[in-house]
Amino acid sequence: MERDPDVRKASGRMVLWLGALTIGMFGFGFALVPLYNLYCQVVGIQSADQQRALNVQARVDPLGEVQDRWVTVRFDTTVHPSLPWALESNERSLRVRPGEIHEVMFVASNRSSAKVTGQALPTVIPWQANDFFNKTECFCFVKQTLDGGERREMPLRFVVSPALPDGVTSLTLSYNFMHLDG
Amino acid sequence: MTTATHAHADHEHHGPPSGLKRWLFSTNHKDIGTMYLVFALIMLFLGGASAMVIRAELFMPGLQLVQPDLYNNLVTNHALIMIFGAVMPAAAGLANWMIPLMIGAPDMALPRMNNLSFWILPAAALMLILSFVVPFFPGGGTQINTGWTLYPPLSLQVGMSMDFLIFAIHLLGVSSVLASINIIVTIFNMRAPGLRMMQLPIFVWAWLVTAFLLILVVPVLAAGVTMLLFDRHFGTSFFIAAGGGDPVLFQHLFWFFGHPEVYILILPSLGVLASILPTFSRKPLFGHHSLVGAMIAIAALGMIVWAHHQYTVGMSLAAVKYFMIMTILISIPVGLIIFNYMMTMWRGAMTFETPMLFTVAIILMFSFGGLTGVMLAVVPADMQYHDSMFVVAHFHYVLLPGAVWGLFAGVFYWLPKWTGHMYDEKLAKTFFWLHVVSFNITFFPQHFIGLAGMPRRIVDYNVMFTEFNMISSVGAFFFGISHLLFLYIIIKTVRGGEKAKARAWESAQGLEWEVESPPPHHTWTTPPTIKTA
Ligand code: HEM
Ligand SMILES: [Cu+2]
Repeated sequence: MERDPDVRKASGRMVLWLGALTIGMFGFGFALVPLYNLYCQVVGIQSADQQRALNVQARVDPLGEVQDRWVTVRFDTTVHPSLPWALESNERSLRVRPGEIHEVMFVASNRSSAKVTGQALPTVIPWQANDFFNKTECFCFVKQTLDGGERREMPLRFVVSPALPDGVTSLTLSYNFMHLDG
Repeated sequence: MTTATHAHADHEHHGPPSGLKRWLFSTNHKDIGTMYLVFALIMLFLGGASAMVIRAELFMPGLQLVQPDLYNNLVTNHALIMIFGAVMPAAAGLANWMIPLMIGAPDMALPRMNNLSFWILPAAALMLILSFVVPFFPGGGTQINTGWTLYPPLSLQVGMSMDFLIFAIHLLGVSSVLASINIIVTIFNMRAPGLRMMQLPIFVWAWLVTAFLLILVVPVLAAGVTMLLFDRHFGTSFFIAAGGGDPVLFQHLFWFFGHPEVYILILPSLGVLASILPTFSRKPLFGHHSLVGAMIAIAALGMIVWAHHQYTVGMSLAAVKYFMIMTILISIPVGLIIFNYMMTMWRGAMTFETPMLFTVAIILMFSFGGLTGVMLAVVPADMQYHDSMFVVAHFHYVLLPGAVWGLFAGVFYWLPKWTGHMYDEKLAKTFFWLHVVSFNITFFPQHFIGLAGMPRRIVDYNVMFTEFNMISSVGAFFFGISHLLFLYIIIKTVRGGEKAKARAWESAQGLEWEVESPPPHHTWTTPPTIKTA
C-alpha cells in the first residue's frame, strides 16, 4: 500500500494550501475588527444607532442659522376618555422657519369638581421629523394637577432644527393627555 | 502507508493489530470511521439527557428541577454537544467509512492526521463536560448561562467554566479542520484512475463542499472565541463597549460561522439521501449535475446571509434588506435539491425499507422547516418571532429531519455493509415510527407557543402555555426513549443477524457495494476499473 510518490507530493502541496487557507481565515476573523467599522463608514450603512446619534446631534444644536424655508407645524390635541379635561391651543397651525423659536399656548380645563392629575404625551408625524422638532419648554415635561374646575394656560416653546431634512415641509405635533392616578 | 508496508502479496491477510492499540493508533479509515460513529452515539445520549432535563423542567410553569442558571447551562450544553459532539462526528464517521470505498481509494490520504482528528475529540468532550461540572464546586464560578451563541457581555461575566468551554471549542475546531483537509485531499488525489470529479457520488460531493465550508468558517469562530478569551483575561476590549469595543461584533463573527454551520450539518445528510433514493426507487438519481451545482450555490450563498440571526440588533434598513433578500434566495437551491429528490422517486418502483422511510419523512418535514425558515427570514415578521419558541421549532424541524435523520438513514443503509449483517427490519420500522411521531408531538406545539409569545431559553413561563408544553414534554420523553431502541438495534446487528451480501440492497449502485460485507480491513489496494460511460 505504498503511495505513489507523485500522489504524495500533490497531497503535501494541497495540505499546505489548505493549511494556509485555514490560517488566513483565522486572520480574517481578526481583520474583521477594523473592517467592520471601516465598512460601515465607507459604504454608509450606518447602524440604526449611529443614525440616531446624528439626529441627536441635530437636537443638541438646534439653533444655528435661521433658514429661508418655510415649514408648516400643525397642532392636534386628544384627551383620553378617562380624563375629564378639555385641551385647546391658541394656534391651530403655524408657518415657521427652521432655527426660529416660537411659543404656543395650550389651555387645559378640568371639567370635574375633583382634583385630577394628567400628563401629555407628544407625538411628531411624520416620525422622520421627530428628532428635529425640539421642545425647549413644554407642559408635557411634567405631570399637571388641576383642582376641580381649574383652568390653566400652559406654554410650549419649540424650534425646528435647521438640520430638518429638505423633504419635510409640514409636520404635526399631536398631544394625547392621559389620566394619572395619584 | 504506515502499518501496511509489507510485501504486496501479503496485504489481503493483513488484519488489524489487536486490543486497545488497534484503536488508539489506528490509521485505518474503517476503524476511525467506527470510532467517530461510536463517539457520536455516546454524545447523542449525553446531549439527549440534557434535553430530557430541559423538557422535564418545562413540563409545568414555575421552578421544579433546576435553577435558572443551571437550566441555561443545560440549554448551552445540549446545543453544543448535539452539534459538535453528535452530528458533526457522525457525519465525519460516514465520510471516513464511505468516501474511500466510494472513490476506490485504499484509505484516506493522510491516515495519521486522521487518527489525530479523531483523538482530539474525546479531549474536547472532556473539556466541555468539565465546563459543566466546574461550577458545582466551591469557587467554580457561575454556570454558562449564555446559550450556545455565547454572546458578550454575558459571556464575559461567566466564571471560569467559560474558559474550559472556549478551549473545548478550539479543540473541536482543530479536529474538524484537520478532518476537512484530509477529506479534500483524499477526494482530489485518491480517486481510482479514470474516476472523474463529475462522476463522484453526491455524498462525496456533499462532503467536499462541507469540508470547504468548514475550513472557511471554523477559523472565524476560533478567532471570535479567542477575542472573547482576551477580553476576559488580557485586558483587551474587542467586545467591551466601555473600552471602545462593540458586543455586536461578536455576533457578526459568531454567525459568520453559525449560519454556514447549519449547512455543514445538513449537506452530508442530504448527500446520504442521494445514495438511498435511487436504490429504493429503482431509478437513477435525477439531475446529478444540478445537485452538485445546488450544493455549491448553497455553500456560496450560505456564507453571505449570516446577519438574519441579528435582525433585532439595530442594523440599518439597507443592511437588513440585503440580508433578507439573500436569505430568501437560498430557498431556491434548497428547493431544487428537494425537487430533484422527488423526481427521483417519481414513478419509481418504490419499496419502503427503513432508510427509505426516513428519506420520505425527511423530504416532508425538512421542507416544512424550510417554510418556517422563510417566515423567519422576513424582517418585520422576525421582529416578532425572534428568540421565541417558534425559532426553536424551526431549527428542530430542519436539524432533526435535515441532519440527524439523514445520518440515521445512512446508518441503516450502510449497517449491512459495515457489520455484514442485516438489521432487524421490523424493529427498525418500529423505531422509525416511534421516533418520527414523537418528534412531531414534541416540536409541532412549539410553533404555537412561540407565536403566542413564549420566549426561548427561559426556565419559567406564563401559565397560559402550560398545555402545549405538557404535550411537548410527553412527546419528548417518548422521543428520548426511542433512542434506546435504536441502540438496541445497532448492538443486535453488530452481534449477528442474517448475512448481508456484498450488494446488500438488490439495486444499490456504487463502488462501496462491490466489496464484501463486511469489507476486509484493507480494500481497493488495487483500484477498481471505472466503466466509462
Ligand atoms: C430556507 C431555508 C432557511 C431559512 C430561510 C432560515 C432562516 C432562519 C432565520 C431567519 C433564523 C433566525 C431566527 C431568529 O433567531 O429570529 C433562523 C434560525 C435558525 N436556523 Fe434557519 N433557515 C433556513 C434553514 C435552516 C436549516 C437548513 C438549518 C439547519 C440545518 C437551520 C438552522 C437554524 C438554527 C439552528 C437557527 C437558530 C440559531 C439560534 O439562534 O440558536 N435553518 N433560520
Ligand atoms: Cu441562519
